[in-house]
Amino acid sequence: MAVALDLTVQLGQMLIVLALAPLLTGYVRKVKARLLRRQGPPLLQPYRDLLRLVRKEVVLAQNASWLFRVAPYLIFATTWVAAALVPTFATGLIFSQAADMIAIVALLGSARFMLALAGLDVGTSFGGIGSSREMMIASLAEPAMLMVVFTLSLLAGSTQLSSIAASMQGPGIGLRVSLALALVGLIMVAIAENARIPVDNPATHLELTMVHEAMILEYSGRHLALIEAASFLKLLLYVSVIACVFVPWGTAVSGQGLDAYVAGLGIYAAKLAAAGCMLAVFETVIAKMRVFRVSDFLGAALMLGFLATLLLFVSRVT
Amino acid sequence: MDQLALDVAHLLAGGLVLASFMLLYQDRMTGLINTFALHALVVSFSVAWQAYIQQAPHLYITAAIALIVKALVIPLALHRIIVRLDIHRTIEPVVGIGQTMLAGIGLVALSVMVMLPITAQAGTLAREDLAFALSVILLGLLMMISRRNAVSQVIGFMSIENGLILAATGAKGMPLVVEISVAFSILIALIVIGIFLFRIRERFETVDIHVLHEHRGEQP
Repeated sequence: MAVALDLTVQLGQMLIVLALAPLLTGYVRKVKARLLRRQGPPLLQPYRDLLRLVRKEVVLAQNASWLFRVAPYLIFATTWVAAALVPTFATGLIFSQAADMIAIVALLGSARFMLALAGLDVGTSFGGIGSSREMMIASLAEPAMLMVVFTLSLLAGSTQLSSIAASMQGPGIGLRVSLALALVGLIMVAIAENARIPVDNPATHLELTMVHEAMILEYSGRHLALIEAASFLKLLLYVSVIACVFVPWGTAVSGQGLDAYVAGLGIYAAKLAAAGCMLAVFETVIAKMRVFRVSDFLGAALMLGFLATLLLFVSRVT
Repeated sequence: MDQLALDVAHLLAGGLVLASFMLLYQDRMTGLINTFALHALVVSFSVAWQAYIQQAPHLYITAAIALIVKALVIPLALHRIIVRLDIHRTIEPVVGIGQTMLAGIGLVALSVMVMLPITAQAGTLAREDLAFALSVILLGLLMMISRRNAVSQVIGFMSIENGLILAATGAKGMPLVVEISVAFSILIALIVIGIFLFRIRERFETVDIHVLHEHRGEQP
């Protein structure tokens, strides 16, 4: 009985992640539009976009191979699994044994690999540009992410997100400079990975600047819907990771009963709203940087990760 | 309380190292000067916190000097200088931010490796502060050798002085007289360097110090 209940909660979490992801993106777009004194699309617009795309016919390029058709499903599946593993409203769920941060980085890495292959598959020059830029970003963002993961797991003594969240709430952590550096590094990586403004503009199709949009230019219909849904999920995933590790307060712990879960869900929604608001403000006040500056930006993130790990050894001596 | 005091001191000192890295990363003149003001602000907070936990009231004066002179007066003067020299819009060609950052991380690692073993008897706070201070000093030196613009070199020099202050306050017991004289010598250095900058500029119509090498007959 207990196992069945745990499984239900876990399944509920997977569905909640899937259901909330388009809402978060719609919310960020709405706040950005309001900051620019525009009306903005309604909050539910991403859901409508996805529905419309699913109903549309798929148009395939003549020389598209099987890879091109398979890639969207794989990208969506790996991203969804990664997003479902991250603790959102409750920690210590039944799948949390598998919610290892390195595994999540690897899942996202394979999704990116498939996306880059799909971008190259049709053989258009845009897809090629997009893929090569994406790989350039990835080659710096992934090590930076891993350094942040190392810092966190050295502090918490585990790479599991649930145990990291638990030890962050514990008394032994305190105020640490490494944590601050890791937070800044993780935010920079999240901005780059989600193709947000200083690195890439999610709203434009201007060919000189785009990275993510260039790779999916040839997709249409349900394939495009899956890729879009995967990118919504990715944004939610990064926000959830940051919230789970750095703002773990208010999260329910598995087995506390329904009340705790509902309270955890409310607090999680509040965290998402705050993070979305901050993201929108940040994107409004900053200008997009040139593609060749991206390596500096991510190099700084990597540097922060290194520094965080290094400074951990200074404070370890105490 | 004790643990928290230590953590805050640690956070501020680490923040100073981070500000040094931000100095290395900046390539715009105004941004560089603003980052230097931030650097000085962090140093003054750090010194004030040391004054609070060591119960050493004279350190508050050091913090106030750092705040007024280095976070306000010197940045404002530098802003005026770069406007007068008409270089406030230049983007400095920093060669290889990536390599500079890597070298910087190497220097931080070096100072941690050097400082922690040789200060084994000292208190925890002093050890960490000394390690961080040495990194700030080395990063300032790195900044001085990696930049070509004379104004950025001046800023690198001033960030070294901030590192010295951090070391001195962490080690308990720098007399106030020394601190005041150091602060004034920095101010005088600024004036001298400012005059010097205008002289270079008058003669060569640029503040790029590579022109000096050519003038001496060295190969650039």
